[in-house]
Amino acid sequence: MSANGTIKITYREAMRQAIRDAMIRDQRVFLMGEDVGRYGGCYAVSKGLLEEFGPERIRDTPLSESAFVGAGIGAALGGMRPIVEIMTVNFSLLALDQIMNNAATILHMSGGQFNIPLVIRMCTGAGRQLAAQHSHSLEGWYAHIPGIKVLTPATLEDARGMLWTALEDPDPVLIFEHGTLYNMEGEMAADAGPVEISKAVIRRAGTDVSLITYGGTLFKTLQAAEQLAASGIDAEVVDLRTLRPLDTDTTLDSVTRTHRAVIVDEGWRSGSISAEISARIMEGAFYELDLPVQRICSAEAPIPYAKHLEDAAVPQAATIFESVTRLMGAHG
Amino acid sequence: MALQADTVAANLDGEHALGLLREMIRIRRFEEKCAELYSASKIRGFLHLYIGEEAVAVGTMRALTPDDNIVATYREHGHALLRGIPAESIMAEMFGKQQGCSRGRGGSMHLFDAKTRFFGGNAIVGGGLPLAIGLALADQLAHRSRITACFFGDGAVAEGEFHETMNLAALWKLPVLFCCENNLYGMGTALQRAESETDLSLKATSYEMPAWPVDGMDVVACEQAAQRGALAVRGGEGPCFLEFRTYRFRAHSMYDPQLYRTKAEVEDWKKHDPIATFQEKLRAEGILDDGALKGIEDEAAAEIEKAIAFAEAGTLEPVEDLTRFVYSESKSQ
Repeated sequence: MSANGTIKITYREAMRQAIRDAMIRDQRVFLMGEDVGRYGGCYAVSKGLLEEFGPERIRDTPLSESAFVGAGIGAALGGMRPIVEIMTVNFSLLALDQIMNNAATILHMSGGQFNIPLVIRMCTGAGRQLAAQHSHSLEGWYAHIPGIKVLTPATLEDARGMLWTALEDPDPVLIFEHGTLYNMEGEMAADAGPVEISKAVIRRAGTDVSLITYGGTLFKTLQAAEQLAASGIDAEVVDLRTLRPLDTDTTLDSVTRTHRAVIVDEGWRSGSISAEISARIMEGAFYELDLPVQRICSAEAPIPYAKHLEDAAVPQAATIFESVTRLMGAHG
Repeated sequence: MALQADTVAANLDGEHALGLLREMIRIRRFEEKCAELYSASKIRGFLHLYIGEEAVAVGTMRALTPDDNIVATYREHGHALLRGIPAESIMAEMFGKQQGCSRGRGGSMHLFDAKTRFFGGNAIVGGGLPLAIGLALADQLAHRSRITACFFGDGAVAEGEFHETMNLAALWKLPVLFCCENNLYGMGTALQRAESETDLSLKATSYEMPAWPVDGMDVVACEQAAQRGALAVRGGEGPCFLEFRTYRFRAHSMYDPQLYRTKAEVEDWKKHDPIATFQEKLRAEGILDDGALKGIEDEAAAEIEKAIAFAEAGTLEPVEDLTRFVYSESKSQ
């Protein structure tokens, strides 16, 4: 720990601390998923936890996404507080029946009798040359479903703090961890703890344009905002943090100040969360807008392997910078 | 390995036997009335009747304690009744009234009841199986002696979730009594048209759990198998799988013209009607007479009439409540 009470930590370690903390605080918490135990986690998030907590609570599963996600739902119904890890968002589709038809519906369908306090964590996003079956960003798609909550921690503090709040929630919470963030290192308060999970946050204040984003594109957007500042454009960056329930107010407040909105989303454009945010801006702040809402999304194609193609497929700091510069140049 | 009911019939306790008969008749009359109410448009949506299969639920429920968990399918009226969910609240549910056991949100396919640990009413074939092992895992982790009974049909056996669940249940030695209600048809697809291996208990055996076929038209055989299976599961040795070979006399749901099977086949199975054959057996043994049978029928009729009156008098949930319980209303749930 440094003199000012901060520690140097990676996103991965922050997430691990969060799991460890939850395991210590609450005996009902256990972690289950593919290779979370002996292997130490596909992305090494749970490394060392098996040795500390044993195989009952750090539970390796076979490659049976539907069964172990469903078992997580059942265990939550049975009074436990499971954390289910799915290796990557594309694999979660094998468990979509359980997530959609059971986790998201049982409370409502049972007339309020059975709530499901379950947390499902998974890796999402492109940027590691893993091609079209390991790289998509489907969190916006999950945000379509009433009955679940969708969190997209981007910062170290959110990686550290969202899990505990999610575990205290009586309903199913999905946490999407962008794969490029695990190695991100930075300073975090040594006593960082739970954070609230219902509000978007302004990560950079600005006056000229609102850049609305979340997860893996947050830091690209912040980087673009610094470049924009150097060329005289003062961009505000909104980190949505939670895609369902979506904090519309923070976005509308920002747009009301800047009168321009650009949404940056690694999901595909068509039928996306970016479309939803755009619609909410139209509904709630149409007369505040000086320009049409713009969107910077992934190309409408499966994510390819070759680095130059993958880079071109998803939003980058440079493309955000160029798009916003063009927009402001044309209309500023 | 199937238990022979005949070997124990001689020892059948009269009261106990009449109880089994009473429960089967209760379910059948309830559902016959449901079919009428469907035709009268009082019940809508899908309605799947259990008629012909009553012995399975009656037998298995006898092996469960009030503390056990039940995960059932969309053909679950009988299980719900036997479990102790009041007929009134089941009927009100089917009428779409807020006094229903799921506030009218679930209907026939989604009966839920927290008090009796009845976890649905699951209408995705195979989708309830992972829930059952999760409930069992919670009990195992908490060192509780409770078991989970999981009902599903032969159709579920073709789903990937079935195989994932069997494997995990056996691997982790989870306390689940798997009750496969093999009525020979997954909707309109006959078992031999859907499965390369039609001996379903063999499939479970291959996952290293005790499994055996049971005459699902014989309530005593069903009860004995369930008792034996539940005992093994309670012993902590992991799951057990019972394949109840049974038959559905009525259509899959109310929309089904039954083009996939012959009338002769149905008539043939009706010779094994679990209620008629058991009545005959009890009469032959001097356990049942006309008076006793009338008593059972009257009792069932009275309960059903009361349930209908309750459902008719029920009220609709206010539309303002439509989005209640999408999320919990209290943090402490």
